[in-house]
Amino acid sequence: MSFYLIQALNAVQYGLLLFLVASGLTLIFGIMGVINLAHGSFYMIGAYLAYWLHLETGNLLLAVVIGLPLAVLLGLAVERLAIGFLYARDHLYQVLLTYGLILIFNELQRILWGNDPHGVPVPDALAGSVPLTETQSYPVYRLFISAACIAVAAGMYAVIHKTRLGMTIRAGAANREMVQVLGIDIGRLFAIVFSLGAALAAFSGMLSVPVSSVYPGMGEHVLIISFVVVVIGGIGSILGAFVGAMLIGFADTFGKVLVPEFASIAVYALMAAILLWRPQGLFGSRTA
Amino acid sequence: MSGKLHHPGRRRFLKGVAAGFGAAATASFVPTRFAIGQQAKIKLGLLLPYSGTYASLGHNITDGLKLRLQEAGGRLGGREVEIIQLDSEANPAKAPANTNKLIAGEKVDFLIGPVHSGVAMAMAKIVREEGTIMINPNAGADAVTGPMCAPNIFRTSFSNWQPCYPMGKVMMENGHKRVVTMSWKYAAGQEMLDAFADGFKAAGGTIVKELYVPFPDVEFQAQLTEIASLKPDAVFVFFSGGGAIKYMKDYAAAGLKDSIPLYGPGFLTDGTLEAAGAAGEGLFTTLHYADDLDNELNKKFRAAFKNATKRDADVFAVQGYDTGTLLLQGVNAVKGDVTAKKEIIAAMERAEIDSPRGKFTMSKAHNPIQDIYLRKSVNGVNKFVRVAAKAVEDPAKGCRMA
Amino acid sequence: MTMTALPRHVLLGLLAILVVLIVLPMFADRFYVQLVTRIMVLAIFAMSLDLLIGYAGLVSFGHAAFFGLAGYALAILQRDVELVSMWTTLPLSLAACALAALVIGWFSIRTSGIYFIMITLAFAQMLYFFFNDSRSFGGSDGIFLYQAPTLELFGTEILDLGRRGELYYFVLGALVASYALARMILQSPFGRVVTAIKINEPRTRALGYNTRRYKLVIFVIAGVLAGFAGYLNALQFGIVNPAQLSWHQSGQVLVIVILGGIGTLYGPVLGAFVLVLLEDFLSHLTEHWLLIIGFFVIAVVLLLPRGIASLLEFRPSRQPVGGEAEVTVQEVRRA
Repeated sequence: MSFYLIQALNAVQYGLLLFLVASGLTLIFGIMGVINLAHGSFYMIGAYLAYWLHLETGNLLLAVVIGLPLAVLLGLAVERLAIGFLYARDHLYQVLLTYGLILIFNELQRILWGNDPHGVPVPDALAGSVPLTETQSYPVYRLFISAACIAVAAGMYAVIHKTRLGMTIRAGAANREMVQVLGIDIGRLFAIVFSLGAALAAFSGMLSVPVSSVYPGMGEHVLIISFVVVVIGGIGSILGAFVGAMLIGFADTFGKVLVPEFASIAVYALMAAILLWRPQGLFGSRTA
Repeated sequence: MSGKLHHPGRRRFLKGVAAGFGAAATASFVPTRFAIGQQAKIKLGLLLPYSGTYASLGHNITDGLKLRLQEAGGRLGGREVEIIQLDSEANPAKAPANTNKLIAGEKVDFLIGPVHSGVAMAMAKIVREEGTIMINPNAGADAVTGPMCAPNIFRTSFSNWQPCYPMGKVMMENGHKRVVTMSWKYAAGQEMLDAFADGFKAAGGTIVKELYVPFPDVEFQAQLTEIASLKPDAVFVFFSGGGAIKYMKDYAAAGLKDSIPLYGPGFLTDGTLEAAGAAGEGLFTTLHYADDLDNELNKKFRAAFKNATKRDADVFAVQGYDTGTLLLQGVNAVKGDVTAKKEIIAAMERAEIDSPRGKFTMSKAHNPIQDIYLRKSVNGVNKFVRVAAKAVEDPAKGCRMA
Repeated sequence: MTMTALPRHVLLGLLAILVVLIVLPMFADRFYVQLVTRIMVLAIFAMSLDLLIGYAGLVSFGHAAFFGLAGYALAILQRDVELVSMWTTLPLSLAACALAALVIGWFSIRTSGIYFIMITLAFAQMLYFFFNDSRSFGGSDGIFLYQAPTLELFGTEILDLGRRGELYYFVLGALVASYALARMILQSPFGRVVTAIKINEPRTRALGYNTRRYKLVIFVIAGVLAGFAGYLNALQFGIVNPAQLSWHQSGQVLVIVILGGIGTLYGPVLGAFVLVLLEDFLSHLTEHWLLIIGFFVIAVVLLLPRGIASLLEFRPSRQPVGGEAEVTVQEVRRA
């Protein structure tokens, strides 16, 4: 396999992972209009839940199965106890509130699980690798992550376009007031969407644990890049998040290969360029 | 010794009371400040990360230091010790304010810290003006004992140059002539790769390519593919903490571990092996410490540290411990009179530190002259292989004292 | 409300704070003099962001770019051009910020809302990596200033800014002057148009104003004021590093502004005092001090809908933030 083809594979793989992290953010963003800075914290919590439950059960699949409902509950609690009070107010207060949540979640992580990094081994069934060249092979687990991301993307597409909940969500993203007028319980919708978004972030954290391990501050690494993806794609658009994630995957990967001197600014330059071309993102329909 | 965090207001009040008694009780021919000093505790201000990515380093350094002071009966030069811990958050933007808080606010006698090089530079800048004695128990920025060196700045850890330069010769001896290097793009990473390149070229090797990842990005796949296509004899890499774990795992998962050996400074495998699992096994690294160094003090130290903290000691705990030893030698020499800075500095300069890493002395630039060991990670432990270079002294480029 | 003069009790409260600040160095420990100097610098920085957020409706998540850039400009002018006087380094540093704000603003104001937030972040990140990656500018460790800029008039030194006491009063003067300047700008016809844009941009445009140009000008003004704060920060600590223009720094100042109360100018000043003093107090108390800060921030959001500034206002009726809109639009029409 040629060098550039493998790099393209790397780019797609990274892009899929970014999509998974960012999809929850764009949902919350687009439908609720909430700028959720604590999104990275949910990613971190997912990772730590997977690590902890794996330690207890010895099985990563089981850890994910138990951990996901916990993440949903946590999302629900945050929505009911904090964010729910702010819908009528300026978005800026949501920024401030979710910033406070970051601090709280970071400290809770330290209190519960300590400061040392911890790893989780790749499950045996997925531990192998596929040879690509004589020197490089591709880990099966990474391919599995990609498959999982595609499955989530397909699942979200199906939910949003084929179900009643999806219809409401689409309507909500397009026109929030209209949904309310139609007599849909907006409070319930928001609670569902927020928990779903939190669960998606947690799920991506869980999936990435065997590759990246858990360590303090891991949530903040994914926060900014998720926002970049969402904004490039256009807020509230799942398709946009997918395309945005792919673009970032390619910009980051080929930036590192072709212009290593400017690799650090590649994704930001891309974002700035796209926003200048289309100020509402690639698939954004309205100003947020 | 009290290691708890106190409310500053109350302590300041108590100190005022103590000072009043001290002044009243002593005759006028004794310098008053000295008299007060004998009554009051010696204050150590610790500016270390207790939250965030580097928190485990901050805690291990602190606990190593406390262990050493406990062994000495909780006293420096006959006086009790008070430790004031301040969370640096490893944030260089907050570093000057935090340093001021300890020096001007808490009026500490000694400043100990930090972990992060950017924080170290800000601290060094301030103590050069204030004159407070600063002991740096980790941050490796070459400049701290280079252009920024000063009589009141000591380092008990390493300069970034030290563990990396000797690796050049080691890798040539292992038959690796063409090497790719890789790190985060920030000052410590660049200094380490440069030091390695100098040592490696001096030994006759060739650097095929230097690869940098933006800090603190942990997506390495693009460069791993590049390494696979360049097919070097070996790779020299500097990452630490979560980044190091991810790198070792990705490197192994890409199938490179068996065909292209991975080397690095010891930070790659210190505190990261448990999490890295099999991906971290069998790697050669160079550092001023190895877990299983065969000396009595090391065994005693590791047992005591484990006993006190329920954690295994690592190189950072050793650096904290040695910071305690250096302090003891300095302050004991003046019997606790911390105002006698010149004498303390002189004592610290000629100190011979009996460390779990082996004995070391201070260079003219106040950096340890120490052995660098070649280690191999086996079963989650950094095992001593051999001495890579004896009594390595940092070149201290730009230091006027050297 | 925003445009008219301050309510009397607010004015009295602010004057009382000013008096305390004036007499503080006479009895406070030198540490507190340093601490308050730093807070006042941060307050100027926060105030500059409030000009954007609270009055022009432009939420920038990259405001630290200008704060850090001015510091770097000072450090580089000292180190490489060997300029030592404040008469040269300050205008040049501010000019650098103005230029950067002009370029970044010209691009950014084409977007709005969250897209504006993110594009300003993008530009700030590019600047951050530029300094972080460039070894000639000190990389991630930064650059030192080996002396404070001198301030001379007709050959005699009027202030020695290397001395803490003099620096304190210099910064206090700077804070008061910045506040007065910002008020003047906002009360000018220009300021009224800017405020009107926040409330209803299409309507303001329909009235014949080139709204983009107004937004750009206020963006440059805010950038220069942030640069002024950054210059003072570099002067106080003698070191600049990329962390000063990181997104954490942009985020922190954003938090201070919202915490303090947007659209008041004095709110962000109060926010800076409260947050920094609280941090200073709590970081002693417990290792998990950030947990308490987190709960504090959430409590303010939930209990003080208009930020800490609303404590000064003692207003019994809590009307929603949008309530002041109509008044201001009418004022603009009159203007």
